[in-house]
Amino acid sequence: MIIDRLDIDADSFAAGTGWAIKPEGACKGETCVPLARGAFDLADTARRLGMALVHDPAHGVWALGPESLTGRTLVTAEAPDVVLSDLDGNDFHLHALRGQKVVIVSWAPY
Amino acid sequence: MEIVTVALDTAGVEAARPWIEAAGAEHPSLIDQAHVTDELFGFVNIPNGVWIDEDGVLVRPAEPAWPPRETNDKKYADIPADTPQRMKDMLAEARKIVTDSDGYVAAVRDWVEHGARSRFTLSPDEVVARSHPRPPEHARAAAAFELAQHLWRRGHRDDAPRWFRKAHRLHPDNWTYKRQAWAFADPLQGPTELYDSDWLSDIRAIGAENYYPHDPW
Repeated sequence: MIIDRLDIDADSFAAGTGWAIKPEGACKGETCVPLARGAFDLADTARRLGMALVHDPAHGVWALGPESLTGRTLVTAEAPDVVLSDLDGNDFHLHALRGQKVVIVSWAPY
Repeated sequence: MEIVTVALDTAGVEAARPWIEAAGAEHPSLIDQAHVTDELFGFVNIPNGVWIDEDGVLVRPAEPAWPPRETNDKKYADIPADTPQRMKDMLAEARKIVTDSDGYVAAVRDWVEHGARSRFTLSPDEVVARSHPRPPEHARAAAAFELAQHLWRRGHRDDAPRWFRKAHRLHPDNWTYKRQAWAFADPLQGPTELYDSDWLSDIRAIGAENYYPHDPW
């Protein structure tokens, strides 16, 4: 997640990371991590979730990495609703295939 | 069952277009310009794949997902004599890469037929436990790689490599991070002044048989 300021709100954080901020904490799938009371704090939340916050001062941007709190890539087996575009620029929601078995295969031109 | 292909390329749609159009694919053929599926599923090389059941639950985590293709012996049988030596050396290593597309396709077919009763179907806990390790340094690598891509897409092409290099140092067995950056510097992913590694050197270092680590199907 690329950001140009650290005072983002909980909704922006959820949209960028998939971790929803709820009364019980930061939640993804069935996993919830308690947060400090009070207003949403990006740095504290990132620390609790094991997310890296990397700063490039010359360009005034930060990159917020994925969670590492469990030591595995996946925290839950629930597939995220990935939204990617096709050749025509149309958004495709992975969740549109709910009800079918899906095999996702990555490739690259390089 | 639906197959969805995802092109991982920071260069975006136009880099992937010729290949998708040549394939004439009828399945969803998507472009992941920001490599978000690397992060979300744990793709560390291509081709990697995941399986998702009818309820939207992963039943196989990211792993090598070889499509049916010619055998290495046939694919690399007729290399023109005037091929540059470096390319010949790369092809020689590629020929040694171990893949099992027959096993992979048979496993997919078994899952499609038997669903949750397939011996290849994993429980949610198994899927999570078998997903790639992500220690804190890999999370930092992902952030560095995202920053590198951001700078590259914004036209700061001279500033991106140091973040690519950081990602490579923090997660050295992530071939997607490396191949993406190498390809920007040299389409053949050879040695450059920008990076202290290249495809041929790295695959020789690990052994081509370890390029796609995976238990037998």
